[in-house]
Amino acid sequence: MKSTQSQTATQEKPASPEVKNTLSHPANFKTIDEKILKDYEAVIGIETHVQLSTLTKAFCSCAYSYGTPPNTTVCPVCMGLPGALPVLNSKVIEFALKLGLALNCKLSLNSKFDRKQYFYPDLPKGYQISQFDVPIASGGYIDVDLPVEFGGGHRRFGITRVHMEEDAGKLMHSESGSFSEVDLNRAGVPLLEIVSEPDMRTGIEAAEYGAELQRLVRYLGVSNGNMQEGSLRCDVNVSIRPIGQSKFGTKVEIKNVNSFSAVSRAIDFEISRQALLYSQGREDEIVQETRQWEEGVQKTVTMRKKEGLADYRYFPEPDLPGVTLTQEYVDNVCSSLPELPETKRRRYENMGLSMQDVLFLTNDIDVAEFLDATIANGAEVKLAANWIMGDIAAYLKNEKLTIREVKLTPQELSELIGSIKGGTISGKIGKQIADPAEIEKMIDKVLSENPKQLEQYRSGKTKLQGFFAGQIMKLSKGKANPGLLNKILLEKLNAKS
Amino acid sequence: MATGFLVLSGQGNGGRNGTDDPRFLGAKENVTANPWDVSRVPGGSSGGSAAAVSARQCMVSLGSDTGGSVRQPASFCGVVGLKPTYGRVSRFGLMAYASSLDVIGCFGSSVADAGILLHAISGHDRFDATSSKQEVPDFTSHFTSTSLSESKPLKGLRVGLIRETLEDGVDTGVASTIRGASSHLEELGCSVSEVSLPSFSLGLPAYYILASSESSSNLSRYDGVRYGNQAPADALNALYGDSRAKGFGHEVKMRILMGTYALSAGYYDAYYKRAQQVRTIVRKSFKAALDEHDILISPAAPSAAYKIGEKKNDPLAMYAGDIMTVNVNLAGLPALVVPCGFVEGGSAGLPVGLQMIGAAFDEEKLLKVGHIFEQTLKDYRFVPPLIADDVAS
Repeated sequence: MKSTQSQTATQEKPASPEVKNTLSHPANFKTIDEKILKDYEAVIGIETHVQLSTLTKAFCSCAYSYGTPPNTTVCPVCMGLPGALPVLNSKVIEFALKLGLALNCKLSLNSKFDRKQYFYPDLPKGYQISQFDVPIASGGYIDVDLPVEFGGGHRRFGITRVHMEEDAGKLMHSESGSFSEVDLNRAGVPLLEIVSEPDMRTGIEAAEYGAELQRLVRYLGVSNGNMQEGSLRCDVNVSIRPIGQSKFGTKVEIKNVNSFSAVSRAIDFEISRQALLYSQGREDEIVQETRQWEEGVQKTVTMRKKEGLADYRYFPEPDLPGVTLTQEYVDNVCSSLPELPETKRRRYENMGLSMQDVLFLTNDIDVAEFLDATIANGAEVKLAANWIMGDIAAYLKNEKLTIREVKLTPQELSELIGSIKGGTISGKIGKQIADPAEIEKMIDKVLSENPKQLEQYRSGKTKLQGFFAGQIMKLSKGKANPGLLNKILLEKLNAKS
Repeated sequence: MATGFLVLSGQGNGGRNGTDDPRFLGAKENVTANPWDVSRVPGGSSGGSAAAVSARQCMVSLGSDTGGSVRQPASFCGVVGLKPTYGRVSRFGLMAYASSLDVIGCFGSSVADAGILLHAISGHDRFDATSSKQEVPDFTSHFTSTSLSESKPLKGLRVGLIRETLEDGVDTGVASTIRGASSHLEELGCSVSEVSLPSFSLGLPAYYILASSESSSNLSRYDGVRYGNQAPADALNALYGDSRAKGFGHEVKMRILMGTYALSAGYYDAYYKRAQQVRTIVRKSFKAALDEHDILISPAAPSAAYKIGEKKNDPLAMYAGDIMTVNVNLAGLPALVVPCGFVEGGSAGLPVGLQMIGAAFDEEKLLKVGHIFEQTLKDYRFVPPLIADDVAS
């Protein structure tokens, strides 16, 4: 049915309301896609803003943490009060260098800050301190491995530039819409803006570019990369062109994509929307504009049309001296970099792990480091990987813990693996029973089999707890989680039935 | 932080018809008069500070000098004015006008007073990234009378008289007073020679472009959102427009317009960028002249104090009055203005100031030379007639 409808739609006259209906219905694109999309190529570039996790803001000593009450982490500098001056936080340079190096960029040993000028209530000085013509890093690239479930494959996307700037505050609009309030907590928080080359062709590629950037900033420890809190924000530029055409089509900017999955879906929607217009000879309806991704209806809608190019009247920031770096400093920062995701992936691949496993293990640097440490303690690669991806990952998920928070050390895991491999214990024994229901069942069994001891316990001989625990442990063949066992056991013993 | 040490005295609207005075937030319209002749201006923009010292209402005072706002009023009011090297004194707490040119300066009724004040406010400030970490010498150590007993206390000092500052557009009275001061320096043992700064006349337009550009940006924060005048408005753009239209004075609006224009796409290269190139040339030509000379001298202003309202409708004439001082700001150099004589006007003549320009961070030499010059200039007494009797008694 749907395919018939869309078939009809493409034959409809452009202005008819039915076409608009079809346009606004994402489900229909899916079926249009296959036929039309193969004739077009999408060109995608991404601008990413990453909030740096420095202790203090970029130009003052205010701390910043997401979610603090409005206007509580502000000072004369970030409020733009007269007479206050910016002083650069040197950590911003260090973090910018780290990311620039990790993105294989050329670094500017002599760069500077500039003022980008526009009026907006969340911008207290009337200008944003940014970098214009001499960014701290430029001309790099990023390597990504596409997820196996999307066909896999290795890609390299160009990085145009990385520059330092300060974040603006936030406007909070009243529900009535009659007024807005300004929260300057975020004003002056350091950002790195990363501009990609228009090298991506699909939503998946763009999402993976973003995910790799997130991985990088987390590996480097320069940002928490959290999209929900706005620590990592993507603005996506999408245009399409008939295959074989070298000229770019009109590009559309998409904002409000708050997850990588949204990046992918928003782009795929936009490509379909534009392809449909193209295929109907209505490409002049694709205009340069900013569109907003509406998660609820899974489509992009016009936010604002571009009216000429904004003139930001950039000029060098006279309140800040130029940023001059010595090669020695750069070398120091370079040597402090951790092993980066791409290098890790290639190394794990060479160790014989499947791409699926490689991507899982390198996604989180703490997991990767746990694996590395386990292997360094003598464990066999595949066994270590299986333990981490299997039982440990499941346990972490259940307990809502990170790998840093578990008591198990890589050395213990390595010993465990060694014991199993050496036949000292079986693989099953290596695993604990951590299911409360299962343990409870065993406790009930032991309690019912020992009514005499239970009575003695309840009349005050609490030492018998050890007896019960021993019996239960015996029943579980030593696999019951002792903490869980004792907790449930105590509850049962002390319950007045 | 200059004002951390001292209370700013009378700084601001100095009757220069608001030339360098942002006058935001509805500044007062009262005009400060020149103590030498109350029908004349004290100079600006820090004319209030100069007049206060001149009238002996205070020992010393501070001012801000972006293009000559300390030195020209010092000259008009017959007091000592000192513009330190850019970066010598913190700008923290100063409402920025043109950040790359703004300097806090000192007024005193003697070189020693100005030097003591400078010593108190100099040094690095971690709240101003452009403040220098250069060591601060004890500027006061040279204010002894021992050197004055020598017949030629400035023997061997090479002084360059900037030729372009005594050419067209300079009052003949001012020019001859400066030549007299030059002779006095020679009597003290200096070897004075004329030196040419070919880029001198380029400094004025370059200064006005750069200062306007920076101030158009620095004044953006006065948007009525957080403080100051907030005009009642229904929409955001009207709030901005009306608040700024009501809050700023005419001259400030003109500067904002000029600066915005100079920074606009398509004009940036022709104005802002060229002005920056001129600034580099100015800096180099000063450097060359100061390699050959210990200090350079010139008038502090092309005329003595003029009548209140005289240049009100002629902004270009008023801007031209800054020609003696703006180059020094472009080059970021220190300069000391010392009263050196009089021209006709008022009831007792009008004071004229000699500007001495030194190498960067060499305020020490300027103060030493200025002190000896001042202490040996026995024929003049720079106390305005208004209070002469009080001071004498």
